Amino acid sequence: MTASINPYLPILVAFALGLLIAGGATFASFLLGPKKPNAAKLDVYECGVTPVGTARQRLSVKFYLTAILFILFDIETIFLYLWAVLFGELKWFGIIEVGLFVGTLVVGYVYILRRGALNWD
Amino acid sequence: MDASTSAVVQFLNNNIGLVAGIGKIAIALVIALQVAPIMVWVERRQAAFIQRRIGPNRVGIFGFKLFGLGQPLADTIKLLFKEDFVPKHVNKFFYILAPIIPAVMGLVAIQGIPLGKEIVVAGHTIGLQPVNLNAGFLFLFAMSALGVYGVALAGWSSNNKYALLGGLRASAQMISYELAMGLALLPMVFIYGTLDLQTMIAAQSETFGILPKWGIFLSPVSFVIFVVTMFAETNRLPFDLAEGEAELVAGFLVEYGSMRWSLFFLGEYAMMFTLSALTTCVFLGGYEIPWLPHAELVALLTPVFTAEPATWVAALIGLGVLIAKVAIFMFLFVQVRFTLPRFRYDQLMRVGWVYMLPVALGNLVLMAVIVALLRLT
Repeated sequence: MTASINPYLPILVAFALGLLIAGGATFASFLLGPKKPNAAKLDVYECGVTPVGTARQRLSVKFYLTAILFILFDIETIFLYLWAVLFGELKWFGIIEVGLFVGTLVVGYVYILRRGALNWD
Repeated sequence: MDASTSAVVQFLNNNIGLVAGIGKIAIALVIALQVAPIMVWVERRQAAFIQRRIGPNRVGIFGFKLFGLGQPLADTIKLLFKEDFVPKHVNKFFYILAPIIPAVMGLVAIQGIPLGKEIVVAGHTIGLQPVNLNAGFLFLFAMSALGVYGVALAGWSSNNKYALLGGLRASAQMISYELAMGLALLPMVFIYGTLDLQTMIAAQSETFGILPKWGIFLSPVSFVIFVVTMFAETNRLPFDLAEGEAELVAGFLVEYGSMRWSLFFLGEYAMMFTLSALTTCVFLGGYEIPWLPHAELVALLTPVFTAEPATWVAALIGLGVLIAKVAIFMFLFVQVRFTLPRFRYDQLMRVGWVYMLPVALGNLVLMAVIVALLRLT
């Protein structure tokens, strides 16, 4: 007799326990620590220099580009995982198809590289 | 045996899957929670040796100094009793939520690691992987990727320019290196023909010639790429641009203190352990002793102990071997931290996108063709 339960159940239990530990640690620290707030302590910490303006400012578009490109290539990686699992069954057909798929993406990759989308200087 | 004990035995017999499941989770959680304190001590000692200092060697218990091993305990108590204030300019909800995310993800991700093959208790076979999905290590990837939210939220909710920059850099860096990380493991999937870590480890217990059939010998480029991306994913030097003490004071951590601050590190060290363990399972034979497959180990132990306890002893040895292999990587993490200087941000992004990604893709195509030529002709 093998001992088996729903394989997704442990994830739920682990999440619950993890939240309990992390939340509990935060709460315990909140209960146990002293409370002596003062104006300087509650202010923005920027190495002791008086803060100028807020942190809610415009960001470089580079971060946005990185995120978009990440989604593109990450989905590609997920597709490739499906192929990798079925590697033995799809045989050469799979390799040629994936070769074409990766080839198309490489064209796109060379394009973004040449356009300087990955250039952070 | 009185009625209450037999009722307990009855309950255990009927619900052994559930009880074993919770037991496995508890063991993995304990390991994950121990990594951070012990590693902090190891890191400080090793840093001290590299810099010709002594490091923490005083704090002990009841007069026993134990090389200063009491230090992490004292640190934990100190952090617990520190003032836990919330600065008035932060977005309170996300500020409090942010450190909890990486800690929880670190504790959940470790559940995907096979801690051993299996044990037999009263006729029941119990696999020693707390979370064993047929999606295999993709679960680990998913959990590790979710840790980015903690960093990004911490940076944004702190409402501080240093924190924002640190958080942004960290998120961009982590997602950039995730690509190469995913692609580096792909050849291993079709070499072993599975996503399941237990099957991978079993396949690695064979040998070719005198070498064990480890993943590192089957696809060395994958191994190198994976180890480098592992450093970037956990925000460790030389990729710790997110923290960058000298320029961003501590990046996304700057507005955090007391227990919240340490939760980030709990998550970081748990993730370091998890990714090192994943590397071990995929490339270095996991919990298997080299040249000695699990079945042979059990066969060796069976005459000494009896059939069932032999599997327990084998599981303990396996856990020890796994931790020993992981310890090599943890040592490497610390050694690299105090040896290499930090990258510049444009260099970091260039390494990720312009070198790691194409090399990983090229390796994938090359390995696919080689494996196909060997197997399909």
